[in-house]
Amino acid sequence: MSLKAFHLIFVTLLTSLSFGCAAWAFSNSKPGWGVVGIATGIIVIIYGIYFLKKLKKISYL
Amino acid sequence: MEIPYTVQNRPDTGLYNAKLGIWLFLASEVMLFGGLFSAYVLLRAGAEPGMWPHGWLNVTLGTVNTLLLALSAITTLLAWAACKVRDFGKFKFFHACTILLALSFLGIKSYEYHDKFIHYEIALADGTFADGHLKEKSADFDLKKKTGTVTIEGHIVEDRKELMDLRTEEAKKAVHKEIEIKAADIKKMQNYGPWHNTFTAIYFTMSGLHALHILGGTLVIFYLWGPGSKMWKTDPERFTNRIEVSGLFWHFVDLVWIFLFPVMYLT
Repeated sequence: MSLKAFHLIFVTLLTSLSFGCAAWAFSNSKPGWGVVGIATGIIVIIYGIYFLKKLKKISYL
Repeated sequence: MEIPYTVQNRPDTGLYNAKLGIWLFLASEVMLFGGLFSAYVLLRAGAEPGMWPHGWLNVTLGTVNTLLLALSAITTLLAWAACKVRDFGKFKFFHACTILLALSFLGIKSYEYHDKFIHYEIALADGTFADGHLKEKSADFDLKKKTGTVTIEGHIVEDRKELMDLRTEEAKKAVHKEIEIKAADIKKMQNYGPWHNTFTAIYFTMSGLHALHILGGTLVIFYLWGPGSKMWKTDPERFTNRIEVSGLFWHFVDLVWIFLFPVMYLT
């Protein structure tokens, strides 16, 4: 597995963490942090798409 | 004698030597951290009701550290991508960013540790508990001889259980003020170091081991950024592979943090 593939796993988990933190924040009456968590999750997804396009030619292996 | 497969992949494994080596190493690391996470689950499940701490760690600092590590993973990848397109200048820039981000992470972690080491729980002779950050110890302070005084910035509670969950409204409303306590009134005084309870023990063990990995990774990345980058001139492909391998390790360390942060800070 190349760094590209491992980075994809990392981005996926980071997205999960962002939305998970947002859920935690909303359940703990911290809506401001919740919004930040959702925004971060969306930014990470956009970054993930950008990174996949940028490294299109590099192998996953 | 030339060592084979430092650049090209071995036909049987499909990997060059260093990549096979790092994945075997990371497999052993998964077992190490996996064991510690299991220990955490068992300690927490086995804790007496109401005696597992909540809200003891600074979520804001933990979040900042999460962002720093996430950014460092991105700069590591970009440094490798720069090597792939033979742009040494960009590689230098992105790897320098990684080093700075890693050092910032360690700086914040050190601050968090320091905060725990100056935070004391003091069992008083009247059965109450004083809790807060150490401000001052008088010159003649000696707990064994029962002489002198200690001053903390904190509050006093009736029951030790009140110190366990700092997320409650009562805990948030607690007024912290300077309290001077005579050594003669102290039954036991202990800071929030690893010896304090099972939570601090597993917290310091896991986050400390993780911080050591960050430190080790930073040293390797610094070497590859500095003196080790000479290889770029003689064997750029092999150097690029080294950057990939260090990046794989760095990503693993970041992944550990992605699990460590919610487990330690948010639950």
